[in-house]
Order: sequence, then structure tokens, then C-alpha cells
Amino acid sequence: MVRYDEVEVGAELPPQSFPVQRVNLVMYAGASGDFNPIHWNERFATSVGLPNVIAHGMFTMAEAVRVVTDWAGDPGAVEEYGVRFTRPVVVPDDGRGATVEVTAKVGAKLEGNRVQVELAARSGGETVLARARAVVRLG
Amino acid sequence: MRVALQESFVGRKYPPTPPYEVGREKIREFADAIGDPNPAYRDAEAARALGHPDVIAPPTFGIVVSMRAAAQVIADPELGLDYSRVVHGEQRFVLARPVRAGDQLSVTVTVEDIRTAAGNDIITTRGDAATLDGEPVFTAYSTLVARGTAGG
Repeated sequence: MVRYDEVEVGAELPPQSFPVQRVNLVMYAGASGDFNPIHWNERFATSVGLPNVIAHGMFTMAEAVRVVTDWAGDPGAVEEYGVRFTRPVVVPDDGRGATVEVTAKVGAKLEGNRVQVELAARSGGETVLARARAVVRLG
Repeated sequence: MRVALQESFVGRKYPPTPPYEVGREKIREFADAIGDPNPAYRDAEAARALGHPDVIAPPTFGIVVSMRAAAQVIADPELGLDYSRVVHGEQRFVLARPVRAGDQLSVTVTVEDIRTAAGNDIITTRGDAATLDGEPVFTAYSTLVARGTAGG
């Protein structure tokens, strides 16, 4: 567990890379109830002008915050989490899929043993989440 | 000819949704789907060791409940949103506490904002989720963008 007293503004959290395959999107569709075909049907996705099937934004958002929850120790300590979806994570059916790379750093120390974490998520060389911020309570 | 989104919807508040009961296995399914092995999402003992009364859900789990609730707004034909062109623009959660197994959550949806930018119709909804006892659990802010529907 990370302690508030030991955290400094600017400190980097351990970065993580998350592989994304089509099966992950099918599982996420089922678990979340979001069955939009752009997330599993290549024929449909390309017909609406997308380069290929794309990940649910909410899937990417869920992956990214793991950098914060794994670091903080208690995933129930996240009090705020927001993102802007800038570009889709394109997931081709080529056996490799996509990778989402997430980095994060402490942006501010707040009252009540809380810190604000700034996240960055990239896939295929593009920023996929912007203004990604979480507020988490530390021990 | 398309009609602009009904800006009169701004401020409109919908009745609380019927309660959604959060089950342990649903939380596990969601955690499996995002590939997160955290034991607090699966094992009540592990969750209790962190001070929670039961298995807790990942921070973004609320979308499962809030999107269902927001559907009553975005699918309202009177609003005029072309759902086939909608992408998720922004999402934010403010959590009073984590969602946990056994919660029965009812969501009250409010239309926060409707605007047009760069030819896109943009709508932001707010969903306030509370237990049947009225305990606030989280607020979800969702911004949806209908690409190119606001004309040139």
C-alpha cells in the first residue's frame, strides 16, 4: 500500500501495457450490456467509416485505471475518475490485436489524504484518452 | 431534413429507475471482462480486509447501471438524437463509495447540457445512483457525440 506521506507530486506510478484482442471486446460487450456492433463486427464498423472494429471507450477507461488501483492497493479508494475519449483503440483480427499503454503520475496532493493522478493512454502511437484524471484516497 | 437536438431537454429530470441489484457474479464477470485479477472484486474476505462489507466493483462498473438509465433519454425520439452516429465523448464518475455486491441501485437521470460543436450534436447526462434507502453511491456524467448530425 502506498502511504500519502511518502508520495511526492510528480512521482510516476508503475506503467502498464494492456493487450486487447477481439475476445476481450466480446467479453466486455456481454458484461457491460453494450452490444454496439462497432465493437465486434468488422463489416459493420468499416461500413460506418471506421478503420476496423474499435474497443469500447469504457473498456479502455477500465483498463487505464488499473494503474491507479494496483498502485493504491484498495480499488475502493477511487473517489473520482474521468476521461475524454480522443481516438478509438483499433482492434484488428490479426492474432495480435492492439495494445493500450498507460502511464500515470501524481498531479497534486489534496486534503484528506487524497491525491490526484494524471493518466495518459496510448495505442498505436496515438493518444486514446485525454484529460484522464483520478482522485484516490491513500492510507 | 434533420432537426437540431431539442435544447429544451436541458435540465429535464427523469423519474428514478427501477432498482438494479448488483450481484457478486456480475461483478466477477465484469472484472473478468476487463482482465483485472484484483481479489477485492471476487473474494469477500479480501474485500473485508480492505474495510468493505462485501465484494466491491471496479471504479467504472457504474456504467452498467447508468447507461441503462441514460437510455431512456438518448433513445427518446422527441430528443432527436441519431444514435447510429453516436460515439462516447467523455465519461466521469464521482464515487461516494465503491459499488458493492448486494446494492440495489436506482438512478435519477438529468440532462446536464446539449450543444453543437464542429457540426456535432453533443449531449451530457448525469446519473445519480442511490440505494433504496437513499444513500448516494455514485454520480456518472456521460457525454455522447453524434458525429456530423448538426449540419455544416
